[in-house]
Amino acid sequence: MKKLGSAIFSRLVIIIPYAWLLFFFLIPFFIVFRISLSTTAIAQPPYEPAFAWSDGLSGVWQKMGQFSFDNFVWLTEDALYFNAYMSSLWIAGVSTLVTLLIGYPIAYGMAQAPRTLRPTLLMLVILPFWTSFLIRVYAWIAILKPEGLLNQFLMNIGVIDQPLIIMNTNWAIYIGIVYSYLPFMILPLYSALEKMDNTLIEAAQDLGCPQITAFWKVTFPLSIPGIIAGCMLVFIPAVGEFVIPDLLGGSQTLMIGKTLWNEFNANRDWPVSAAVATILLLILVVPIVFFQNAQAKAEEQGR
Amino acid sequence: MNTWSRFNIASVVLGFSFLYLPIVLLVVFSFNESKLVTVWAGFSTKWYVSLFHNQGLMDAAWVTIRVALISATAATALGTMAALALTRYTRFRGRLLFSGMVYAPLVMPEVITGLSLLLLFVAIGFDRGFVTVMLAHITFSMCFVTVVVQSRLLSFDRSVEEAALDLGATPVRTFLEVTLPIIAPAVLSGWMLALTLSLDDLVISSFTSGPGATTLPMKIYSQVRLGVTPEINAACTLLIGFVAIGVIIASVMTKRREVQRQRDEQAAFAGR
Amino acid sequence: MKSLGNIRRAFAPWTDPDAKPYITFRNVTKRFGDFTAVDDLTLNIYHREFFALLGASGCGKSTLLRMLAGFERPTSGEIILDGQDIAGIPPYKRPVNMMFQSYALFPHMSVESNIGFGLRQDGMPKNEIAERVAQMLKLVKLEKFAKRKPHQLSGGQRQRVALARSLAKRPKVLLLDEPLGALDKKLREETQFELMDLQQELGLTFVVVTHDQEEAMTMADRIAVMSHGKVIQVATPAEIYEAPNSRFVADFIGDVNILDGKVSASGNGKIELAVAEGFTIRTATGSTPATGSAAGFAIRPEKLKVTRAAPADASVNAAQGEIWDIGYLGDMTVFYVKLDSGKVVKASMLNAQREVEDPIAYDEKVWVSFGETAGVVLKD
Repeated sequence: MKKLGSAIFSRLVIIIPYAWLLFFFLIPFFIVFRISLSTTAIAQPPYEPAFAWSDGLSGVWQKMGQFSFDNFVWLTEDALYFNAYMSSLWIAGVSTLVTLLIGYPIAYGMAQAPRTLRPTLLMLVILPFWTSFLIRVYAWIAILKPEGLLNQFLMNIGVIDQPLIIMNTNWAIYIGIVYSYLPFMILPLYSALEKMDNTLIEAAQDLGCPQITAFWKVTFPLSIPGIIAGCMLVFIPAVGEFVIPDLLGGSQTLMIGKTLWNEFNANRDWPVSAAVATILLLILVVPIVFFQNAQAKAEEQGR
Repeated sequence: MNTWSRFNIASVVLGFSFLYLPIVLLVVFSFNESKLVTVWAGFSTKWYVSLFHNQGLMDAAWVTIRVALISATAATALGTMAALALTRYTRFRGRLLFSGMVYAPLVMPEVITGLSLLLLFVAIGFDRGFVTVMLAHITFSMCFVTVVVQSRLLSFDRSVEEAALDLGATPVRTFLEVTLPIIAPAVLSGWMLALTLSLDDLVISSFTSGPGATTLPMKIYSQVRLGVTPEINAACTLLIGFVAIGVIIASVMTKRREVQRQRDEQAAFAGR
Repeated sequence: MKSLGNIRRAFAPWTDPDAKPYITFRNVTKRFGDFTAVDDLTLNIYHREFFALLGASGCGKSTLLRMLAGFERPTSGEIILDGQDIAGIPPYKRPVNMMFQSYALFPHMSVESNIGFGLRQDGMPKNEIAERVAQMLKLVKLEKFAKRKPHQLSGGQRQRVALARSLAKRPKVLLLDEPLGALDKKLREETQFELMDLQQELGLTFVVVTHDQEEAMTMADRIAVMSHGKVIQVATPAEIYEAPNSRFVADFIGDVNILDGKVSASGNGKIELAVAEGFTIRTATGSTPATGSAAGFAIRPEKLKVTRAAPADASVNAAQGEIWDIGYLGDMTVFYVKLDSGKVVKASMLNAQREVEDPIAYDEKVWVSFGETAGVVLKD
């Protein structure tokens, strides 16, 4: 009886979260895919299903021929969507690079800090992460506005005569993404740099490496796993970012997260927004798998 | 050798100013007399007063708190189980898919998660509202709990569990009497993480929420779109204050325990 | 038969054909995927024996112990404890307890609750638990530390708590996984003797896993030397040292010189071995391979005598060589002698006197000699 109890226990520990994720995470993707193949209708919900689950597998197979790929065709015909995908990837890529360039020296500086100071510094990086994302983006509106604090400051010290137009441009989006995602970059970099053995650098210097060369030949290569993790943590969510382009970018800003939102909420075109999501997911599959492999490797090493 | 060079100090100081300056400005201007957020006109707390008379905001705050407490608790239970499954039962069918489903939500764009969950609820004919927001929050935050608890499980000595089994504790009792107390701090920080993720979330809530279940971020968002007001600054300041106090108390407690522990260890090795 | 080395006590059930083994491994094999950790192993351990499993890391000794504890199930074969096959019994129902290498103390419990943990699992009444815990604390001399948490103890104290915890349930067998591995040298030596006394006093069967040969030699009644999942030799420490059954054991335990040769004559329990070094060894000990077969001859450094003059007795084995290197260790001096064949042998001589007139120096011509029972013949 006792033995049976523990067998059930170990089964449940696996089955419950497994089932939950299957139902609330994996199955919804199939539903998204299914709806992306259907046509818009003025109804509630506003689409005509391409096939019913009750058809069973054979029924689905039969209807395969009648699937409407119209939504996907529509996406390729309208340059708006293509441009939105491209500009999302571009904005996310550039922001990731900038975040890395800013985050690396900070993480490196933290890792070099006196041992007693490090936990405090680490907490200071995590703290903004605990405060609302929305609030942090919102805070920038007051700074970047034409009559905002940045322009007031710059005009007062006489650097510029005319206010800079940053708000509602892509510049504001870059600033917003770099700012919001900086902790995600610093944390993996810091943990990679912090556990690095300082004697490695000393050994390199002892063997005749100048300090800068020692950094590039020893420290940097060893921190690459941290760089990869940090870049993935910034890039993937940034591609689909909605809040930042919506609040800081102007009305002409093209980012796919915003397009999807508008398609869904303003135009109420569910099949097209499902198609947009499907393609976004396909684009992100490669970096996501890459990220998971890195995670699995880290997990393997921790074992 | 550990020289903290000027370059390192400068990059840390500049980096932290970049991280904190916007938040500090936001807090400062919540005490501004003027309705203009960007022009200082003297100290005032009137926006806090008007905040508490804003029934819409207060209702939204109450919804948010309830959603966050329930979903964080459920996500902690599910996430801890998932962490156990991943670290303790290394061989089971579909483990690869399972770990994929655990890590993917960490980076999944919120618009996709939100949309897919909404379409699920529509497909199964579930009315959107408080419950759907909660289910959605449990789903995305449980994965963060898993990551936190998993790293603790990986770092702790398995032989402690084996010792319990060896001394006659069944696997269930071993978990309850040995494993759980040891990983409790990680479970707690997982819970706190889930709580703040839930308090914060705008996009997924917007997709999955229905009438009568407007959360605070949704409310703030709709007001921000209409323009920046000191009242929103005041609301944000309160939220930041709550979180900051919580995090600082937690870290001071951890720090104190750590110091005590080190002192004990030194005493033990000095032979007292 | 003359005794080999010291016999600690008159306890040798393994020499009695009627004695029933307490623990039996019968044809036990354990595989992890492609890796065979334990390979068709058969072994008997007797009641009240202090038994050591000795081997390098990865030889399968820990797997064997973990199978006895129930953390691993044998791929095939059976494990019998006190007449009962225990292969299918989960660890929490076995009458054996284990002391872990890392001690595995529960960090969130005091010393008392650590020791009482196993008793609470059995549902023993509270007052009896308290009584037993007090008894255990007294046994390991930790009465004053009952309320402390593990992190408030020194390494030696933690080791004692782990020991007390694993003894509290009065197991039939106590398993010890590298019990002294984490202690410093001085403490390790003291604790070895404490463990031996404790085992005698409680009359329990101890099975200890170790990679430290000195530890195994000091504590154990018998040692099983393991390699690649197999037991190479099971014998008392003295037998293992003085009469190794194979090159592996001879080489693994202590220092040894091995000379290769061919059996040129055998009979009457005596063997003549023509070694590659160009002389013939006459010996009366070790295995007796057939005439003409290849064999090795193992001899310990302290059994070799280094002299300037050739030994007077012609029946003594002797070979000529040159001093190659000298190591002065204080209590003894180690000579490396290069024989005429080019092979270097190691000989150690006790420094029984403080001052030696005209000590043997580098490059001197010397004789290396040994009696006919000084070494053993090893079958190849």
